[in-house]
Amino acid sequence: MRKVIAVIVENEHGVLARVVNMFAARGYNILSLTVAPIPNSDLSRMTIMSEGEPKVFEQIVKQLYKLIPVYKVIESDNFIEKEMAMVKFSLENNLADIDALARCYNGSISNVGEDTIVVSVVDRPVRIDNFLKAIKKFKPIEIVRSGVSVIER
Amino acid sequence: MVISGAKMVIEALLKEGVEVVFGYPGGAIMQVYDELYKYKGKIKHILTKHEQGAIHAADGYARSSGKVGVAFVTSGPGITNAVTGIATAYTDSVPLVVISGQVPVNAIGTDAFQEIDAVGITRPCTKHNFLVKSVEELPFILKEAFYLARSGRPGPIHIDIPKDVTIKEGKFTYPEKIELKTYRPTLKGNKRAIKRAVEAIASAKRPLFYIGGGAVASGSYKLVRELVKITQIPAVETLMGRGVLRHDCPYLLGMVGMHGSYAANMGMAEADLIISLGARFDDRVTGKLDEFAKNAEIVHIDIDPSQIGKVVETKYPIVGDLKLVLEDMLPLIVEKVTPERYQEWRELVFRYNELHPLTYQDSDEVIKPQWVIERTGELAPDDALITTDVGQHQMWTAQFYPFNFPRQLITSGGLGTMGFGFPASLGVKEAFPDRVVINFTGDGSIMMNIQEILTGTRYKLPVINIILNNNYLGMVRQWQTMFYQDRLSETDLSGEHQPDFVKLAESMGGIGFNVETKEEFDRAFKEALESGKVAFLNVKVDRREDVLPMVPPNSPLKNILVFKEGQE
Repeated sequence: MRKVIAVIVENEHGVLARVVNMFAARGYNILSLTVAPIPNSDLSRMTIMSEGEPKVFEQIVKQLYKLIPVYKVIESDNFIEKEMAMVKFSLENNLADIDALARCYNGSISNVGEDTIVVSVVDRPVRIDNFLKAIKKFKPIEIVRSGVSVIER
Repeated sequence: MVISGAKMVIEALLKEGVEVVFGYPGGAIMQVYDELYKYKGKIKHILTKHEQGAIHAADGYARSSGKVGVAFVTSGPGITNAVTGIATAYTDSVPLVVISGQVPVNAIGTDAFQEIDAVGITRPCTKHNFLVKSVEELPFILKEAFYLARSGRPGPIHIDIPKDVTIKEGKFTYPEKIELKTYRPTLKGNKRAIKRAVEAIASAKRPLFYIGGGAVASGSYKLVRELVKITQIPAVETLMGRGVLRHDCPYLLGMVGMHGSYAANMGMAEADLIISLGARFDDRVTGKLDEFAKNAEIVHIDIDPSQIGKVVETKYPIVGDLKLVLEDMLPLIVEKVTPERYQEWRELVFRYNELHPLTYQDSDEVIKPQWVIERTGELAPDDALITTDVGQHQMWTAQFYPFNFPRQLITSGGLGTMGFGFPASLGVKEAFPDRVVINFTGDGSIMMNIQEILTGTRYKLPVINIILNNNYLGMVRQWQTMFYQDRLSETDLSGEHQPDFVKLAESMGGIGFNVETKEEFDRAFKEALESGKVAFLNVKVDRREDVLPMVPPNSPLKNILVFKEGQE
């Protein structure tokens, strides 16, 4: 089962290692991870996507709560999930086609260089998957995904 | 007050009421030791022979006294040697503050001499740990460490202090109180949850109290005893819960689990309501999980929410400090529960005790290990404190020693650390110098921290080690016999694996006795008591004795083996 949780933590050294260790110690792979400070506070917010048994997740969440610098763990079926992807193409492609495709996924051309262009899109992770499939024919040179961030509705 | 980081450490210990530190100096922690030197007479230091010994001694001190145990070690090998001790304390929720030296801040990450990522290593085996980056944050961290160690579910805290932080000076104001936004353990149980649990108890037909280490740590044994007395509900104890009820309590079915009594395990198997008082459904207790408590609902009282529902589904969870929960619970129990209700159930489970009581076949030819435990129970004063190592002797002690009060048995339950018992007993003796302290051990375990004889001699901590010597790594041998067709791979400790324990003890200022008969045992025990020295009773016991009963690994509790094959 795929699962996304948000973890609110004290913004201090070592806290990421503590959180990530809960997954590593159980042999769980983290599919995506984003971290950034929460504005006007001394807290940070992590969004972690992983895959595995619901019972193990329940235990991971309880163990996360036990970590001293963890303030809150947010689990929800009602998240808005967003992810960003940046893709680099050769300029030899048809830019209008790429631009049109990017717009379908809340994106645009972010940069045009001498030999390459960079397109960025922001959408739900499944939609990002679709976008990456759709652009295959333009032979992307490099693809960067940001990892998912979530907020409760 | 502007003082050095090292002085802050010592000042904080004094403020926390610490009387004794166990430890071992080295390069990175020297500044702290230098400061300790200046405080001679105010704070006692016990220099062990190995860092592992220091942590186990601090652990034994903490478990027996209920205070926080404190240890100093140096960087690199100092802290890595301490890790087994820290992990032992972590698994059994023992409050420790372990302070290690570290290379200077600007040398961290350069593979400096005696540098290791100490907080990286202790992270998964501490309740929390700290790497102190500046002297300014040290006073708060010291306060936080003691607060975390003893509050909520207790546990070891590790503080790693780089050498330059111990040298630098900073302003020292020790916080009186501490509030952490991210750490607020639930102490009071939810009233409604307590009420529902009491109703479940009142309407159960076959309820059972399942008493664990939490009943010891929370200091609630008097309330537990009252609860059992009022309800007359049968009770079982885990290894960590031994002594919460007196051994002669009429409602105690004995120890539960792999080597628990027949009645205790059958009680667990047949109960319709299991009420966990600070126990955690360890795999050594549940047996095969799919078959555990099939017909029972669970009431689980625990201060650590992550324990609830971790192993078994819990219908009645109560998060809180057991003492406070029981204070709220008892009046409701008095009001709603009638002990007559469980009469039939009581008779049933106690018949199991008559059917297969905890016993052994004594012999005139050879000393049985169980006899040694029972006999010690008769010879030792009622308030004697008992430590153990890990293996067969540990289980026999838990089964046969007549425990009277909590914190009487000090044993590595969760991690099962061989080599724990002897250094732990020294810590116990330090906490209770006027009590008799006995360490039951095996000929395997005792060799793992034998060097601490010197510590016992140097600091006049005369503990009595009783070695149940069967010339085997007995527990592994028993499993090899039972489950590996008696292929005794590397478990035979006869011949040159055996030291001369008498000479060994004497060479470090102790006293030793070789015991081969019951009369010799009585005499040696008496002489050991009177000697005032670290004593070793090397008792030659029946080599092939097994620990029974036994629930075979991954079997349901009801499949408990009571007899040895071919025996009846």
